[in-house]
Amino acid sequence: MSSLAVGKAESAAGTTPGTVQNRPPLRRRIALIPTVTLLFGALYCLLPVAWVVIAATKSGSELFSTFTFLPGTGFADNFSDLSAYRDGVYWQWMGNSALYAGLGALLSTCVSAFSGYALAIYRFRGRETIFNVLLAGVLMPPVILAIPQYLLLAKADLTDSYLGVLLPQILSPYGVYLSRIYAAAAVPGDVVEAGRMDGASEWRIFTRVSLPMMVPGMVTVFLFQFVAIWNNFLLPYIMLSDDEKFPITLGLFTLLEQGANTPALYTLVITGAFLAVIPLVVLFLVIQRFWSLDLLSGAVKS
Amino acid sequence: MTSTSRRAYGVKGAPYAFLLPATILFALFFALPIGYAIWLSFHKVKVSGLGLGAGARKEVWAGLENYTDALTDNELVDGALRVLGYGCIVVPVMLGLALLFALMLDSEKVRLAPFTRLAIFLPYAIPGVVAALLWGFLYLPDVSPFYYVLEKLGMPQPDLLDGGPLYLALSNIAVWGGTGFNMIVIYTSLQAIPAEVYEAAKLDGATPLQVALKIKIPMVAPSLVLTFFFSIIATLQVFSEPTTLKPLTNSVSTTWSPLMKVYQDAFGKGDIYAAAAQATIIALATLLLSFGFLRAANRRNKQDVSQGGAR
Repeated sequence: MSSLAVGKAESAAGTTPGTVQNRPPLRRRIALIPTVTLLFGALYCLLPVAWVVIAATKSGSELFSTFTFLPGTGFADNFSDLSAYRDGVYWQWMGNSALYAGLGALLSTCVSAFSGYALAIYRFRGRETIFNVLLAGVLMPPVILAIPQYLLLAKADLTDSYLGVLLPQILSPYGVYLSRIYAAAAVPGDVVEAGRMDGASEWRIFTRVSLPMMVPGMVTVFLFQFVAIWNNFLLPYIMLSDDEKFPITLGLFTLLEQGANTPALYTLVITGAFLAVIPLVVLFLVIQRFWSLDLLSGAVKS
Repeated sequence: MTSTSRRAYGVKGAPYAFLLPATILFALFFALPIGYAIWLSFHKVKVSGLGLGAGARKEVWAGLENYTDALTDNELVDGALRVLGYGCIVVPVMLGLALLFALMLDSEKVRLAPFTRLAIFLPYAIPGVVAALLWGFLYLPDVSPFYYVLEKLGMPQPDLLDGGPLYLALSNIAVWGGTGFNMIVIYTSLQAIPAEVYEAAKLDGATPLQVALKIKIPMVAPSLVLTFFFSIIATLQVFSEPTTLKPLTNSVSTTWSPLMKVYQDAFGKGDIYAAAAQATIIALATLLLSFGFLRAANRRNKQDVSQGGAR
């Protein structure tokens, strides 16, 4: 706190040397209550993450004997134990999640971009009806969808397969909604018209002119859908029984189910949870500067 | 002539072509399953004879039987009450905190805002199952730092995974996971308020608290309404958090939330007809509650506006 105050004072002194004498008291220059409130919020949100980072370093006996926030010495063992668990099924789960979320989000972004672009740029019959019907999908509880989806996919012999988890998650009503908002804001009608004057086909205008303008919005849609699919539990829980195809959420759950009664497995569950958190947190930190959150909430606003 | 008409046709057909993938996916994975669920909810299986051989099990019309069964099913009603209680904790606390943090982020001279904003938003990236798992371990006396501290201080150690505290334990997981996202939504609309709005208040010498209560909160009311709306929908469908806590405690039954009951009936008991009727009821109740809230909120907003105009 004090070093910050000094930094602030120095910068203030540097920019306006004449006013050093009139510097207001510390309390006035740092909004103390908001800063402290936010730090408490940050502490609350980081606490479980900090705990799992430290707990993952503890060996089985250390977990129950040493103070919670004291790092242990067992991370390497935990890591190799987890990797060896059932011939490395844990890494299979991670790979599956990457596949479901990566491919699913990519396809979802394409479908959203097509639809959002069509709804934003063209005037055609049934436009608002199609949009409203697609949007109603947002409000459909996943449960009323997941069970009949399972039963119908069972008839097509697609349950317990990668496609069974992938296909139902491609269409994202929210993604279509965001794409429409973004395309309407980012692609000027004149540009599309100019393309037509030059004799370009609609598809060519879309791929060469409009799509590049929509890229920042599409990154948001991709990330949003990536997180949604990675975090989804209900659909794979219903759809899959072969644990070779499980995503990481479901895998960890089954590990916990087996481990709950055998504390020896706790370390595996904890290390597994820690490693499962890393990819999303890293992704999150790297992309948060590209992630147009204004769009995310701007869309909610209108 | 022909080329212009062909082009006109191309333009005309283009939006439908662009919408084709979404339409097909919607028909296959939204419309068809919903229709099928509704169809199932009005049917049941009739077993003739010993139920052996082909044709012994027939799907017959059941009318409203599945619905009346569901509405008189104590497990489902109890689950609904539990989730209502849970929602009454989660939604106000989560959105209250989200609003508080957003206002604090928006206040002048706040330090470390980028760091705290990111930290509070971080749980959004963590799957509900993993969040429940992390907190589940923090609730376990053997490994939890809270219990360690309580024990050292010689204070009583409550069982967080049983009875009343269980609601708090589950609510805490949802609040932890959802506050950041809602905070960002509210914060972004706070940022969109033009600076001129504050000028008059500043000239009048309003305190930051007065500005927050009298200007900022009314200005972001629409985003508050929408975050409320989506939070209600998400809360009523809670599934993965209690399911994840189940292995850690005996107090979470397989039918703790209505959704868990639907899952249990469909896959535990294999009665997809009853499950479909229950799912339909949950969907209808969710839509009724969330849209009821939306209408009430809109009506109040309009009243406020007209009152403001009258003044």
